[in-house]
Amino acid sequence: MAAPMAAGTDPRALSWYEATARQRVAALADPGTFHEFLPPTERRMSPHLPLFDLPRAFDDGIVVGRARLDGKPVLVAAQEGRFMGGAFGEVHGAKLIGLLRAARDLRPAAVLILFDTGGVRLQEANAGETAIAEAMRAIAELRAAGVPVIGLIGGRAGAYGGGGLIAGACSRLAVSEGGRISVSGPEVIETNQGAEEFDSRDRALVWRTMGGKHRRLIGGADAFAADTVAAFRAAALDLIGRAPAFDLATLEAEQARLEARIARFGDCRDATEIWARMGVNDPDAVPAMTTASFDETVARVAEAHHDAR
Amino acid sequence: MTDWRSEARLPDERIAAGRAYADGKVVPATRAVALLEAVLRPGDRVCLEGDNQKQADCLARALAACDPGKVHDLHMVQSGIVLPEHLDVFETGIARRLDYSYSGPQGGRIARMLYGGQIALGAVHTYLELFARYFMDLTPNVALIAGVSADREGNLYTGPNTEDTPTVVEATAFKNGVVIAQVNEIVERVPRVDIPGDRIDFVVAADKPFYVEPLFTRDPAAMTETQVLMAMMAIKGIYAEYGIRRLNHGIGFGTAAIELLLPTYGERLGLKGRIATHWALNPHPTLIPAIEAGWVQQVHCFGSEVGMDRYIRERPDVFFTGRDGSLRSNRAFCQTAGLYACDLFIGSTLQIDLAGHSSTVTRDRVAGFGGAPNMGSDPHGRRHPSDTWMKAGHEAQGVGDPMLMRGRKLVVQLVETFGDKLVPTFVERLDALELARKTGLELAPVMIYGDDVTHIVTEEGIANLLLCRDADEREQAIRGVAGYTEIGRGRDRAKVEELRARGIVRRPEDLGIEPLDADRALLAAKSIKDLVHWSGGLYEPPAKFRNW
Amino acid sequence: MESLTFRHTTEKPLGGTAPSAITGVVASGNLEILLERVLPPDACEVAIETPIAGYGPVWEAVVADFVARAQPGGLRISINDGGARPDTVSLRLLQGARLMEA
Repeated sequence: MAAPMAAGTDPRALSWYEATARQRVAALADPGTFHEFLPPTERRMSPHLPLFDLPRAFDDGIVVGRARLDGKPVLVAAQEGRFMGGAFGEVHGAKLIGLLRAARDLRPAAVLILFDTGGVRLQEANAGETAIAEAMRAIAELRAAGVPVIGLIGGRAGAYGGGGLIAGACSRLAVSEGGRISVSGPEVIETNQGAEEFDSRDRALVWRTMGGKHRRLIGGADAFAADTVAAFRAAALDLIGRAPAFDLATLEAEQARLEARIARFGDCRDATEIWARMGVNDPDAVPAMTTASFDETVARVAEAHHDAR
Repeated sequence: MTDWRSEARLPDERIAAGRAYADGKVVPATRAVALLEAVLRPGDRVCLEGDNQKQADCLARALAACDPGKVHDLHMVQSGIVLPEHLDVFETGIARRLDYSYSGPQGGRIARMLYGGQIALGAVHTYLELFARYFMDLTPNVALIAGVSADREGNLYTGPNTEDTPTVVEATAFKNGVVIAQVNEIVERVPRVDIPGDRIDFVVAADKPFYVEPLFTRDPAAMTETQVLMAMMAIKGIYAEYGIRRLNHGIGFGTAAIELLLPTYGERLGLKGRIATHWALNPHPTLIPAIEAGWVQQVHCFGSEVGMDRYIRERPDVFFTGRDGSLRSNRAFCQTAGLYACDLFIGSTLQIDLAGHSSTVTRDRVAGFGGAPNMGSDPHGRRHPSDTWMKAGHEAQGVGDPMLMRGRKLVVQLVETFGDKLVPTFVERLDALELARKTGLELAPVMIYGDDVTHIVTEEGIANLLLCRDADEREQAIRGVAGYTEIGRGRDRAKVEELRARGIVRRPEDLGIEPLDADRALLAAKSIKDLVHWSGGLYEPPAKFRNW
Repeated sequence: MESLTFRHTTEKPLGGTAPSAITGVVASGNLEILLERVLPPDACEVAIETPIAGYGPVWEAVVADFVARAQPGGLRISINDGGARPDTVSLRLLQGARLMEA
């Protein structure tokens, strides 16, 4: 299906943050190789939203299909963060789970999940929650079968709620500066704990705590990408090549990594304290760093590199 | 015998009363209420400094905390009604009469209080008009102002946000008034003297730095394709056509999009150096790419903008800065520059009627004017020609002796046909008329009168009102760019096509612009972060605009 | 939700061979437009689902102008609206037609 591209611009130079899910998928894959499952013409829309007098989307906010990446066969799912915050509804979730289950039979070189979600869609919460759990199980089975699942996170909705949980189940994650990974969102934390604990309007604080640079430095994400489709493509190819085995040793290493993290940084009040303790020379300078100088900083930090997850 | 000094003795009495709470001129914030109660007299005219940017907020809180038994019936003469305290004083009776200029965030509450009769309103002014009255019939008895720092003698550093301060102090200090300044810190030596100490009677060491609203920051991430299209039309159909070099921009997203299109689309049209070289403008972050790309020769500012101080310091060839390196802004002078020295004003509005009158007043909000009616008016006192001014004058008149012809300032309204929540911008009748009727105002609060407007730009096209020869042509030209609003759908299609043939209404295709090419990719910066990169890391945006 | 359907006869079919295309996203102030080449070459149908009721005459005018300008014969056009302004609707319709002509 034809999808729009900015006139006269190189699709791979597209800003990941700005692009739609369809633009991301089309530009990420080898040109012309993306084949969509359940395309918009099938009109698999939410059966629930009309009850709430809310508009539906022809693809229920997620694009799924197969493509080639540098010649290798992959399956791809891309969430549209601008439609209801990329939230998981019944159809949306079923499309992702169906793709993950298809991967068990098709054995692609990898499954790519382009996260852009605030979590579960409130209007379809039960179905959404179930989908999160089923997606995590499906990912575990896929990884056990030797198919790497790579998460790419750089959209405006981030990877929150159940999306953050599914991201945690992936083999490897790539994130950009604008990308955010967490379970509870900033507003949720503020509502429950008060603005003194976490001021959700302090966007610098939000990104320092949940944003791509922080997640990369502490090893929560395994690659840092500039905000272009080309950079995410390069990161995805690299991560497919070094996905960890899904065995007891990996899981024990992951447990040890997380225990060490809480022991070492549990008393820190701000991400900059964590970065200082890691040995980052000028923690306050991290948010403003260019991709190149941030990569150099990451290279010097031990936490960013591990064989866990 | 006439006593020629009865008024002149007053400041001495007030100052003597205030000294009880001061160490020399310096007063701690904790004694600010007592100071004000000692200095102020019932019925005083008081200027509490504050506009659309900086606020003397510590003094505003102190005034609101005064005992209404001691301080009452004040006549507030001030630029902005912005803080809650600015209106609290009318609820408690501390103040009764009001003459002002701008009320952004308090627009809803001020409307309710006007309806309720709690405020005796003199008039809503433009900034320059209110400043002018400070020297005529609205001279303050007491001015409560804000500065960055002061020494113990009262020498004041007002810094990048100097804004209204010199004007307010001039009117008060030299006409028997008392000036009280709040400052962020008392220092041994100020970086530069913006106001000499002998004009400052008391210095209050504020409990926290004065508040400044980042009103002029527009996040490029929020700009739409429609705004890009309108910016393309404005650049090609107006800036290039009239060769506009000296100009002022309003604060909307549309004008910010123009700023971001100069180094891309403007460059492609070969306009660099030919347009947009001299500005009366606050330091808009979205102007950074044009400055860095060498488009801008100089910028004089009304005030500053949060996060721009370091950038301005490093670009003294462009901005007006003191020997200390920091920006010197001045609202009165910049408004004057906008009035007499700019060839174009372009800004947005909420409502336009069939005669071209526009207003930002809606049924339940009185936003005030700020500087727009001054910028957006054709000054009849102008005498120096420029190609732009003369071309516009020719279009407006057409006949008569060219040597006796007035030029015209271009006053452009850049509006989308529908606003938020699908509210139409084009209306039969301005809400301002209804407001005036309900509150008993003699004049409806019109922002820019129709006879000052020269062009209206919408996503549908450009209407050149200079070329219209009668009221009917004018109405159809306005309908002809009013899109799918009721006004737009009510157009006489044949008449609009005739106007189009005469170049009075121009569509994007008439300008050689393909609407489908209006892409965000044309923006020189697509995010606040891009602006930081353009500035070489010198621009430091406030936290609420960051996503890193 | 309000459903609107407009049917037009065109003078000619839309050029190009793309069987379908989609543009836009259902978000606040935006909309998605699905175009399918499934109708007779001189017919065009535009079906709209919108959460904002009462704008039928505006939609009618926008669609009529689009049909006159683009001559989208053969297309069934389906719109999920998120409360887009008419100019955004026009723009998306033209973007969609351009994709189908590719």
